[in-house]
Amino acid sequence: MADAIVAEGLVKKYGGVTALDGMELSVPEGTVLGLLGPNGAGKTTTVRILTTLLEPDAGRATVAGYDVVREAAELRAHIGACGQYAAVDDHLTGAENLEMIGRLYHLGAARSRRRARELLDRFDLTDAADRPAQGYSGGMRRRLDLAGALVADPPVLFLDEPTTGLDPRARIGLWDVVAELVDRGTTVLLTTQYLEEADRLADSIAVVDHGRVIARGTADELKDQVGGDRIQLSLTDTASLESAARTLAPLAVGEMRIDAAALRVTVPVTGGAAALTRALGHLAAERITVNDAGLRRPTLDEVFLSLTGHRPDTKIEESVR
Amino acid sequence: MNALHLAVADGMTIARRNALKIRRAPDLLGGVVMLPIVFVLLFTFVFGSMISLPGMSYGEYLLPGIFVMTIVSSGQITGYTLTQDLRKGVFDRFRTLPMSPSAVLTGQTVADVIMNLTSIVTMALVGLLVGWRIHSSPVEAALGFLMLLLFAYAFSWVTATVALALRTPEVFNNVATIMSFPMVFLSNAFVDSTRLPGPLRPIAEWNPVSTLVQAARELFGNTSPALPVPDAWPLRHAVPVSLLWSVLLLIVFVPLATRLYRKAAGR
Repeated sequence: MADAIVAEGLVKKYGGVTALDGMELSVPEGTVLGLLGPNGAGKTTTVRILTTLLEPDAGRATVAGYDVVREAAELRAHIGACGQYAAVDDHLTGAENLEMIGRLYHLGAARSRRRARELLDRFDLTDAADRPAQGYSGGMRRRLDLAGALVADPPVLFLDEPTTGLDPRARIGLWDVVAELVDRGTTVLLTTQYLEEADRLADSIAVVDHGRVIARGTADELKDQVGGDRIQLSLTDTASLESAARTLAPLAVGEMRIDAAALRVTVPVTGGAAALTRALGHLAAERITVNDAGLRRPTLDEVFLSLTGHRPDTKIEESVR
Repeated sequence: MNALHLAVADGMTIARRNALKIRRAPDLLGGVVMLPIVFVLLFTFVFGSMISLPGMSYGEYLLPGIFVMTIVSSGQITGYTLTQDLRKGVFDRFRTLPMSPSAVLTGQTVADVIMNLTSIVTMALVGLLVGWRIHSSPVEAALGFLMLLLFAYAFSWVTATVALALRTPEVFNNVATIMSFPMVFLSNAFVDSTRLPGPLRPIAEWNPVSTLVQAARELFGNTSPALPVPDAWPLRHAVPVSLLWSVLLLIVFVPLATRLYRKAAGR
C-alpha cells in the first residue's frame, strides 16, 4: 500500500523557538494516524505544513503524491482540513457555508448545492440548515466544520484536535463519522490530546514531543513498549495503603504509583495473573485488607508519561503560532 | 477554466459571502445605512442652521462632504471584517482550498463597493428630502457617483492593508478612528479651507479628501461663483486629480495588501 502522507525531516522555527525538529511521518493509504502530544509539541505546526498553510524551513513532505511546497496549488484539491477553531462563518447559514466551500473547490453551483444538502443530512444538521451558524451549539459547529472539510470528498483528511471542547456525546458522534470515512478508504491524520481518542480511532499512533516523533506504533505496541502489566489495588485506609506499597515493592518492575486520595496503588509487574496471585498472597500474609484488586494493561496515559516524563494534558509551553 | 476566470469566479463567491454578512450583521448594517442617515440629518440641521455661505445653502455645500466622510468611515468595515476573519481562522480554511489566493481580497473589496453604493444612495435620497439638489447634467452627476465609488474601492485597499498589518480588530478600530478623524476634518468637507489658519490651510488643500470633495461638488453642481475655488493645484483640477488619487492608491495598496494577506494568513 502506498503512503498517502509522507514527511521527512521537517523543521520549523519561530524566531528562537523550534516548533518542529526533524518530524518524520508516514501514513499508509486508508489508515488513520493519531498524532499524540501535549500543547506546543508541534502537532498543529505539522498539520499546517501538510495542509500548505506553512512552509517548512527544512525537510520535505508529500500528501496524496503532491509536494506540499512545490505542488501546493494542485494538492489543495485533494485534501480536506478541519481545524482546532471551527472556521465557520457565523452570519451564513449552514447550507450557505457548505455551498460556498463547494464553489471554492470549483464544483459548480448545482453540485455545490446538492453536496451541501447531502452533508447537512449526513451530519444531522438538516433542521438547522437554513439558520445562521451563530445560533449553533459547539457540537453543531464542529460537525459543520468537519462537513466543510468533506465537501470535495477528499482522499486525505486532516483533523486538528477535532473534538477539543466537545461534550462526550458530541465527541462520540464525531468519532463515528470519522470511523465511517476511514471504512470507505479515506486517509486521516488526526491530532489529539485525548488518549482515548487516539486509542479508539487511530490504526497507528505517533507520540510527539518537542517537535519530533519519540515513539510510534499501534496502541498495543506502545503499551508493550512500556512493558508488562499493572496490578491495581484499592485499599481501605491510608495505613494499609502504605503497608501494601511496602509489601509489594519487591514485586514492582518499575515505579509504583500511589494515589493517596483514591487509596489506590498501581504496581508494574511481569508475569500476568501469576504475579497478581503472588501479590494477593503477600498481602494476605501481612493481613492487609484489599477492597478491589485487578490486573490490567498500561493505559496510553501511562505510556505517554513514561515516554515523555510528563502527562499529556500538562502544558509544557505556550503553543506557538 | 483558466486562472483569470477562476480568480473572477472565486472573487464573486467571496463577495457574495461578505455581502450576505453585511446584510445579516446588525452592527455592520447600522454603519452602512443608519449612520449615513444620521450624518446627513445631524450635519444639515445642526451646522446648516448656524453657518451661512455666500450664494448657496450650507446644506448643498455639505452633502458632498458627507458622502466622502461616509466613504472614509465605512472603509473601516473592510478592515474590521478582515481582522475578524483572521482571528477566527476563516482564512486558514480558505487557504487550504484550491481557490485563487487573490479572491479573498478582491471579493472583500467588491462587496465593500456594493456596501458603499448602498450608503451613497441612502445619503443622496435623504439629502434630496432635506433640500440637497443636483444642479449639473445627468452625465456629470453619474460621473460624480462613479468617481466616489472608485475612490471608495481604492480606499478599501488602504484600510485592508492597515488591517492586515495590525491584525487584531481592537487595535485596528482604534488606529482607524484616530486616522480617519483628522483626514475628514482637516479638509474642505465641512468648512471653506481658505479660512483655515496658518499651516492647517495647505494641509487641508493638499488632503486627497479635499480634492475628492471639491470634485464631487463640481460634478453635482454644488458650487457658487461667490465661493471661489482655492488656488491650490489639486483643487484647481479636482476631477482629474481625484481619479489620479484613486488609481495611485490602487497601484500602491493592491500589491501591498496582497503581500500582507499572504504573510498574515501564513503564520
